[in-house]
Amino acid sequence: MDNDLGLVARLRTGDESAFVELVRQYQPRLLRLAEATVGSRAVAEEVCQETWLAVIKGVDRFEGRSTFKTWLFRILLNRAHSNVGREQRAGRPDSEAVERFDANGAWAEPPQPWSDQVDDRLDAERLVVRVHQLLPTLPEQQRQVVLLRDVEGLSPADVTALLGISDGNQRVLLHRGRAKLRDGLTIELGSDR
Amino acid sequence: MTRIWRRRKRALVCRDAVALMTAYLDDELVARERERLERHLADCPHCSEYLAQMRITIDALGHVDLDELPEDAVDDLVALYRRWQAG
Repeated sequence: MDNDLGLVARLRTGDESAFVELVRQYQPRLLRLAEATVGSRAVAEEVCQETWLAVIKGVDRFEGRSTFKTWLFRILLNRAHSNVGREQRAGRPDSEAVERFDANGAWAEPPQPWSDQVDDRLDAERLVVRVHQLLPTLPEQQRQVVLLRDVEGLSPADVTALLGISDGNQRVLLHRGRAKLRDGLTIELGSDR
Repeated sequence: MTRIWRRRKRALVCRDAVALMTAYLDDELVARERERLERHLADCPHCSEYLAQMRITIDALGHVDLDELPEDAVDDLVALYRRWQAG
């Protein structure tokens, strides 16, 4: 974070190398978040370009009240939302409804243990690869929240502010997204048993 | 939620336990709810396993690598920067 502030200070003086460093550090993250928001790689690339232009033009307005990363994500999400029609923004309908519990609220099909398998470091690495592949399969809002919370490590408060959603909604989206990923990993771990 | 909670004050069923896990992992449950969930977890191997799997999933997400940035993508953005600087 301190490094970001140093780069921002240099960018303000017109230092191109600071811009390049920021691009290297954040462009892959911006692209990933933009794709989760607009659903298309081509539109996501345009949104990222608009975001960087806004950063160059507006860097003097960054006051350091939030982290640079949060400020950058806010610009990106504003641009992304204005690029997507309402209909598309609603995202794919959430095909939730995996009913895990019986009428009494007990597990219908209890989770099968993973622990022995995941103790192995190679398996842990395989899960990272698999969860990366599974991320694009989540409905858009769940993917945004999971990306911001679990991949980028933002706080619940930052995520609710960035996405303009309630605390409760943030938690539901996070819960559903994680639950789907966990289901996908279960299939991965079961695949070679 | 509050009403459901009151009705089920005595027996926290697995469905409710799972519904509380995200707030639990964020340390956002009030002490009474947290203790209740922890009591359920102590007695329920299925919910404990599910929570452990959620933690493993979150941990895996925290290790997801970024896609590599192609050099021409950097060049395009630098060109954008130079155009802006040139006014």
